Amino acid sequence: MTAGAPVEPAAARPLLEVGDLRTVFALEEGVVRAVDGVSLALERGRVLGLVGESGCGKTMTALSLMRLVPPPGRIVGGHVRLEGCDLLRLPEREMRAVRGAGLAMIFQEPMTSLNPVFTVGSQIAEAIRLHRRVGRRAAWSRAVELLDEVGIPEPERRARDYPHRLSGGMRQRVMIAIAISCEPRVLIADEPTTALDVTIQAEILDLLRTLRERHGMAVVLITHDLGVVAEQADEVAIMYAGRIVEHASVLDIFERPLHPYTQALLRSMPGLGGERRSRLEAIPGQVPDLLHLPSGCHFRDRCPKAIDRCAAEDPPLEEKARGHAAACIRV
Amino acid sequence: MMNLAPLVEVRDLHKRYPLGGGLFGRARAWVHAVEGVSLAIRAGETLGLVGESGCGKSTLGRLMLRLLEPTAGDVRFDGRSLLALSPRELRAMRRQMQIIFQDPYGSLNPRMRVAGIVGEGLAIHRVGTRRERRARVAELLELVGLPPDAGKRYPHEFSGGQRQRIGIARALAVGPRFIVADEAVSALDVSIQAQILNLLQDLQRRLGLTLLFIAHDLRVVEHVSDRVAIMYLGRIVECGPREEIYRNPRHPYTRTLLSAVPVPDPRRRKQRMTLGGDVPSPVSPPPGCAFHPRCGHALEVCRRETPPLETGRGGHAVACHVFPAEGVSTADG
Repeated sequence: MTAGAPVEPAAARPLLEVGDLRTVFALEEGVVRAVDGVSLALERGRVLGLVGESGCGKTMTALSLMRLVPPPGRIVGGHVRLEGCDLLRLPEREMRAVRGAGLAMIFQEPMTSLNPVFTVGSQIAEAIRLHRRVGRRAAWSRAVELLDEVGIPEPERRARDYPHRLSGGMRQRVMIAIAISCEPRVLIADEPTTALDVTIQAEILDLLRTLRERHGMAVVLITHDLGVVAEQADEVAIMYAGRIVEHASVLDIFERPLHPYTQALLRSMPGLGGERRSRLEAIPGQVPDLLHLPSGCHFRDRCPKAIDRCAAEDPPLEEKARGHAAACIRV
Repeated sequence: MMNLAPLVEVRDLHKRYPLGGGLFGRARAWVHAVEGVSLAIRAGETLGLVGESGCGKSTLGRLMLRLLEPTAGDVRFDGRSLLALSPRELRAMRRQMQIIFQDPYGSLNPRMRVAGIVGEGLAIHRVGTRRERRARVAELLELVGLPPDAGKRYPHEFSGGQRQRIGIARALAVGPRFIVADEAVSALDVSIQAQILNLLQDLQRRLGLTLLFIAHDLRVVEHVSDRVAIMYLGRIVECGPREEIYRNPRHPYTRTLLSAVPVPDPRRRKQRMTLGGDVPSPVSPPPGCAFHPRCGHALEVCRRETPPLETGRGGHAVACHVFPAEGVSTADG
C-alpha cells in the first residue's frame, strides 16, 4: 500500500494535488508545525470537506495552498500542483495571477475581507480588472451580473451599496461573487457559514452547490460542522494537530470511520432526532496545543486504543481499505 | 422529579429600545427586542430558547434575571415579582439566579486568579468566613472538573473549554436555583462542547437546577432541553415539549429552521425549505404575523393580525393563523 491520499486512477491527473506540504511557525517558545506533511488530491467538480477542531491546521493548509501564510509562518516543504504546475515554485508575480483564476478563497467573516469605504460593485469590478483587460464599464456590468448570479436581489442598486448596508448573509454572497469573478478552478471556502444563522447558512451552502455545478469548480470546504460536511462533501479529510488522520468518501467517513479520533468526533456530536439524556461521548482532555504535542501519534493521549507503540512512531497515512486512508497503527 | 409549579414566569413582557433622538430628543424609532412574551419555566426543567441572531433571545434571558428592566410586563421568580423588589431584596434574590455567557474569556477578569473569580460572588454576598469560602471554591473547582491547582492560575492559562468550566463554577458558587446559559457552548469545539453539555446535565441532576438554555444550535438544544421555545423577532412563535417541537413542528418558521439544520448523515441529504430574504429588522417589524413576509403559507389575515400563542394538545403552543396547535381552531373557523 502506498502512503498518502486515496489513490486516483492513473489516467486522470487530479486537478489539485498536494504532497507532503509542510508549514511551520518559528516562535520564541518553539517551532509549531501547523501543517505537518499534508497530502491531498482533488478532482474537477468535487467537494473535499476538510474537517477538524480549532488550531488543527485547516486554515493554515488553505493559506498554504494560496501561498498566503502570514509571517512568521513559512512553507518549508512539499508541493501544490494545480493542473500539474507546482505553485510553490512559481515566482510571486505569477502566483498573483493564479490567485483568483486558479484558486480563490472565501473566509468566515466577510466584513473583515471587504473594504468598508468602497461600494461592493466597485470591489467586485476591481477584482475583475486585476485579472482581465476589460474597461471600467464592462467590469461594472460584469459585477452586477455576478451579484445577480449569487442571488442578490436588485443587483444594480445593491452594487452601489457600501458593505455595512448589507446583512451578514448578503456580504458572504458578495465575497462569493468576488471569488468566482475570475472563474477559479478551485474554490477554497474556509468556514463560509460559521458566522451565519442556520437558515442563511442553508442558502449559502445551496448557492455554493449551484455555482459548483454550473462552473465545474472543485471546492475545498473547511468546516468544523460534521452536519455541513455530510450534506455537502464528496470526500472528507479529517485533520488533527497539523496532520490528516483519515481521508475517505463521505459515506465511508460517516459509516465506517477507522481512526479513533474520527470515531470519537462522530460520537461526541448531538444528532438531530437522537435519543435525549443519553450522555454524549466527549473526547477527554483538551484540543491539542501545537507547542506541546505528544511524541508519535498526536492523538494518543486522548485515544482509548493507544498502546505503548503509539508513542514510539509517527503513524503514516496509509490505505486501509479501497479509497480509505487512515493514520493509525491500531487499524 | 419535576415540580409542576413554575420557578420562573414572565407575563406579557416587552422590551423596547429607543433609536436615535439623543439624550433629550424624542426617539425616532423603537427596537422591539421582546414583544409580549409570556413563558413559564418549571422547577427542575431545562427550557431551550432558540432563534436566529437579533430575535431577542438574549434580551429575554437578561430580562428574566432583571439584568435589564422591562418596558412592560412582569417577571416572577418563585411566585414573587422581581419588579416589586427593593434593590436590597433584589440583591439577595440574585444569589438564586445566575448566568453563564458564551465567551468565557471575555467574561472572566484577566487580572484575577481563578479562585478570586469563582469566589467573588461568595465574597459579595458575604457567605461564610474567608476559610469557608476558600474551601467552597476548592469544592466548586473539583465539581466542574478543574485540577486542584487551577485556583492559583489566571484565565489566560486555560483553554476555551476549561474557561467555560470556570464560568460555570462562578455561576454555581452562590448556590443558585436558576441558571441562564446564554450560548454557553457555542464557541467550543465539538469534542469540548460535549464535555460541557455533559457537565451541565450532571450538575443539573445533582443540584436540581432549573435552566434556561439559550442557543442557536438546534441539535444542541434538542439534546439538553425538556421543553423548547422558538423565538422570531421578539415573540415566541412555538413552544412545547421537546419531542413535539422536533417531531411535530407546526409553525412554518420552526419547520424551516429544522429543515435548515444540516444532518450528519450523508444518506439523508434533503431538499430544504429555504426562506429567501433576511430576518427583518426589529426596528419596524412587519404588521400582523412578523413572519408573514417570508412565509409560504401566509393568508390575508396574517398581514393584519398578530396570531396569539395558543396552547393545544400536549402542552404544544403555536402562534400561527394557518397552522395552530392541534386542538385549537383555525383563524377562518
